[in-house]
Amino acid sequence: MFKNFFHLIGSRSLAFIEESGKIMMLLSDTVILIFRRPFNLKGIFKQMEEVGVKSIPVVLITGAFTGAVLALQSYTGFKRFNAEAFVGTVVALSVTRELGPVLAGLMVSGRVGSSMAAELGTMQVTEQIDALYTLAVNPVKYLIVPRLLAAFIMMPVLVIFADLIGITGGYIVSVNILGSNPYVYMERTWSYLEFNDIYSGLLKACVFGIIIATVSCYQGFYTQGGAEGVGKATTKAVVLSCLLILIFNYIITALLF
Amino acid sequence: MIPDIEENLIEVHDVHKSFGNKHVLRGINLNVKHGESMVVIGGSGSGKSVLIKCVIAILKPEQGEIYVAGQEIGSLEEKDLYETRKKFGMLFQAGALFDSMKVWENVGFGLLQHSKISKEEVKEIAIEKLNLLGLYHIEDLMPSELSGGMKKRVGLARAIAMEPEILLYDEPTTGLDPIRADSINELIVEMRKKIKVTSITITHDMVSAYKIGDRIAMLYQGKITEVGTPDEIKSSSNAIVQQFIQGKAEGPITQAEAQI
Ligand SMILES: Nc1ncnc2c1ncn2[C@@H]1O[C@H](COP(=O)(O)OP(=O)(O)OP(=O)(O)O)[C@@H](O)[C@H]1O
Ligand SMILES: [Mg+2]
Repeated sequence: MFKNFFHLIGSRSLAFIEESGKIMMLLSDTVILIFRRPFNLKGIFKQMEEVGVKSIPVVLITGAFTGAVLALQSYTGFKRFNAEAFVGTVVALSVTRELGPVLAGLMVSGRVGSSMAAELGTMQVTEQIDALYTLAVNPVKYLIVPRLLAAFIMMPVLVIFADLIGITGGYIVSVNILGSNPYVYMERTWSYLEFNDIYSGLLKACVFGIIIATVSCYQGFYTQGGAEGVGKATTKAVVLSCLLILIFNYIITALLF
Repeated sequence: MIPDIEENLIEVHDVHKSFGNKHVLRGINLNVKHGESMVVIGGSGSGKSVLIKCVIAILKPEQGEIYVAGQEIGSLEEKDLYETRKKFGMLFQAGALFDSMKVWENVGFGLLQHSKISKEEVKEIAIEKLNLLGLYHIEDLMPSELSGGMKKRVGLARAIAMEPEILLYDEPTTGLDPIRADSINELIVEMRKKIKVTSITITHDMVSAYKIGDRIAMLYQGKITEVGTPDEIKSSSNAIVQQFIQGKAEGPITQAEAQI
């Protein structure tokens, strides 16, 4: 009984370490290939549209409601010690430092990570990836490089959108519903916001972009076993990218603290 | 063993390949001469597709060497491996068309990637190859809009588009009507004659095997049991070969399967 238990833990840990190693290797291969000619600009733009432009609505809705609910909640709390005037500050700091990047990251891994894993997974099980090899095209360069670059470039852009709309959401709730003074609210928002807050949020966004693209492409690229395999790869891509986003979010915050 | 470059374009030496504990190839030896059309026959699941995937280095054998034009492909640097792959064209058993691209982009994919030819010209070349295979006015369709046999022929058009030295055909005539199948056979024969293509063709179709093969090799239990010209194979005294080419349900192959 105990032996089985330890065996299970042991083999799971080994599998985990092996998988992490493989993901890192795929990432380093991809990064090296970014700089090798020919550059596939068309592919990159196509992915930027896929990852970035098409995610804007989701990210905007997420950002707006997050800012709005944050204003409501912090108003309730701050009112108890007469600090309602600082709602704007709290909304701005929470959104730019934390909620903007994390929530955008989670939404994008659901939307984009799943589609990357499903697309590459289908290509794997239908031998399209093998076909690329036979046509002397490196599939990592052709398929993964544009996705990684697109996620890396577009995540910060999405987070800027999320930040702006999140602050707007907070403003609308505070001013129009809770009756705060619009001038004071904006004053409090901008005067306490430092460059560092925005910068750390954008740094997180870049890292999350890399996580989403690498994990999802890895899961898709190494899919085995038909339609069921594609389904599993998709699930794993989303779950693993979400977990890694939360973990790395803590690590980055702790490092920049 | 030293490869005989003068004589053979492809040499397969004692290749072993397993998946998990399933030992699929158990010491394959096979030589294909310059300009020769080699046909590989064998039962379903015997490892024919695995064998040609090893030849083009999509799969890596655990043991053994494969020489293409004197170079051992398992020991090539990545860059040289991609160069060597440019010598090949491959038709996949299930087509393996890129489903996000139009038919002509599939056929012209190699040209678009590796040559400086303009898009318009690539499209023209693609249409020409498609016509050669009896496919007209489908260049702007998506692969999902094609029938199984059409997909196979588009896959074939993609394989020949770059006019490679070596062609690997995985069941080129399966799933086609007899008339189409015969025209594909003629095409394969013609390419060998006209542009001296060296090829390995996998097939179950004995009519096709006799027609296109200079030599036929039979894969059985992970090894090549017999290689010979179509006439030699027809008159082979090997009971396994005889059962297979005559397509009989009773014989040594089925007996061996029942025992496992
Ligand atoms: N990627 C893979 N992973 C695991 N097993 C595999 C893989 N590819 C092939 N096999 C196994 O190897 C064996 C040989 O497969 P292969 O596709 O070469 O057969 P085949 O001779 O081409 O058969 P058919 O005539 O039906 O196409 C099969 O038992 C198959 O299950
Ligand atoms: Mg096969």
